[in-house]
Amino acid sequence: MSSPHPTAHVDYLLAVADDALVNAQRLGWWISRAPQLEEDVALANIGLDQLGQARALLAHAGQVEGAGRSEDDLAYLRDERDFRNVHLVEREQTDFGVAMARLLMVAAWQSHLYAALRGSTDATLAAVAAKAVKEVAYHLDHAGRWVVRLGDGTEESHLRMQAALDAEWPHLEELFDGSFLDPALVADGVAVDPATLREPVLSTILAVVEEATLAAPRVRPAVGGGRTGRHTEQMGYLLAEMQHLTRSHPGATW
Amino acid sequence: MYGNDFGAPSDDPGREATTQVLDVFDELLAGDGRVEPRDAMPEAYRKTLIRQIAQHAHSEIIGMQPEGNWISRAPSLRRKAILMAKVQDEAGHGLYLYAAAETLGVDRADLLDQLHSGRQKYSSIFNYPTLSWADVGAIGWLVDGAAIVNQVPLCRCSYGPYARAMVRVCKEESFHQRQGFEILHTLSHGTPAQRAMAQDAVDRYWLPSLMMFGPPDDDSPNSAQSMAWGIKRFSNDDLRQRFVDMTVPQAEALGLTLPDDGIAWSEQRGHYDYSPIDFTELFEVIKGNGPCNEQRMAHRTGAHSDGAWVREAATAYAAKAAARVSAA
Repeated sequence: MSSPHPTAHVDYLLAVADDALVNAQRLGWWISRAPQLEEDVALANIGLDQLGQARALLAHAGQVEGAGRSEDDLAYLRDERDFRNVHLVEREQTDFGVAMARLLMVAAWQSHLYAALRGSTDATLAAVAAKAVKEVAYHLDHAGRWVVRLGDGTEESHLRMQAALDAEWPHLEELFDGSFLDPALVADGVAVDPATLREPVLSTILAVVEEATLAAPRVRPAVGGGRTGRHTEQMGYLLAEMQHLTRSHPGATW
Repeated sequence: MYGNDFGAPSDDPGREATTQVLDVFDELLAGDGRVEPRDAMPEAYRKTLIRQIAQHAHSEIIGMQPEGNWISRAPSLRRKAILMAKVQDEAGHGLYLYAAAETLGVDRADLLDQLHSGRQKYSSIFNYPTLSWADVGAIGWLVDGAAIVNQVPLCRCSYGPYARAMVRVCKEESFHQRQGFEILHTLSHGTPAQRAMAQDAVDRYWLPSLMMFGPPDDDSPNSAQSMAWGIKRFSNDDLRQRFVDMTVPQAEALGLTLPDDGIAWSEQRGHYDYSPIDFTELFEVIKGNGPCNEQRMAHRTGAHSDGAWVREAATAYAAKAAARVSAA
């Protein structure tokens, strides 16, 4: 068995971290824009959890890398091609149905991923996962309840929720694509092969879809590439907004 | 966050006052007791409280916007987390306050309608823009600082649910104020550009913060009745002075200057003097002519109307779920 390439471990941590970071960045948009005040609070909470997971994982990635990069160096000073998140989390979303469809998918994914990573041979990653798995259980519950309410609510909400699910669904498969991953990392017990999570994640999502009286979309998966830094055009704008202030003041402390 | 700068509405109930004498109510007030939702109270007292609590709640939720403006751009992940939590707290304050207003027999949805149609106001401070990251610090330090000065006496307000909500709100605001101070402290001890950013923010937010206490006492029509009812404990000018006295030494600690050459310690008064305030701007902002009035309302009404289908679906689903339970 060959040892993992030194950067493979860092890339894996960045993949998990960047999903959470970019998801938090998109969720932050909702604070002051949610359909009701309770939901402003809930989405801020979920965004904060995601941000917290990202920070712990980025800090750890920086340590594993050993080049002295902090969580902020990794969040603010990497260019778009160096981000490892999937397309699912980075695309713009200003429709509540889309936000809930996406949150359902991300939370279902993270629930199974973090549950498995509790057993990672990377002790720090295992510890972060053990904490995060409890947080994302709430995210999954929250998103699931909304998908059900919207799917089984009014005629309009049913149509809109179905359309939202249809729009997000093509980006689901990218989560299960492990081609970016050094197989030695899985063999060493650091990482989880994403393909092994496909069935349980789909089963979690489909149970919600069924209860919501919605149909599982029959759509072709979109071409991904986020794990190797090939992003959508929207990612550049997301990073420009997120990073501009920090980059405008090189070396400053905030 | 909260100020006394709302201006009197056209249907102001404050001045017709207590034609209807309620002995128990008067005794409660005389003994500095708390009025609870079950207690009899004069209609004018109830209306005044509804208006004040609702406008306070509206201020909290409109106040989410200027700071929310920097969530996506916060310059470190730690600052981003603190800011998200802070704006979340403002939403939480809105929730407690709408709930407190509901104990007086009104509905949150109706109060929101009054905000959206312009019949109820929110604090004018939120009609100013957040132009730099330092504004987030200035809002925390000055705006939340002014809010605390206004709100601490409200913890002893004669209406129990409002007073209790204020105890919790004040604890969180106090935390926010220290966060704002710390942002500005970091900036004022940072690079020249950061320092300039901090000074510029303080220069822009100082006078609007002083105006949060409302018009001068001579020109504050609702104050006397509110003080008699134990809703208001100190006059606008007294609260403003307290804020100035608290803030001047803090500005010195930050190494930033307040944009008023007239600020000086007065041995004779035992307070800091400050220059007379031209309230023309405040009245213009209250009338709707501030830099962000339209933007703030468009954001709020936009979010509300965009979310209508979601609220309708939740109601419809709840009805279906209840029907299923009763059928089973």
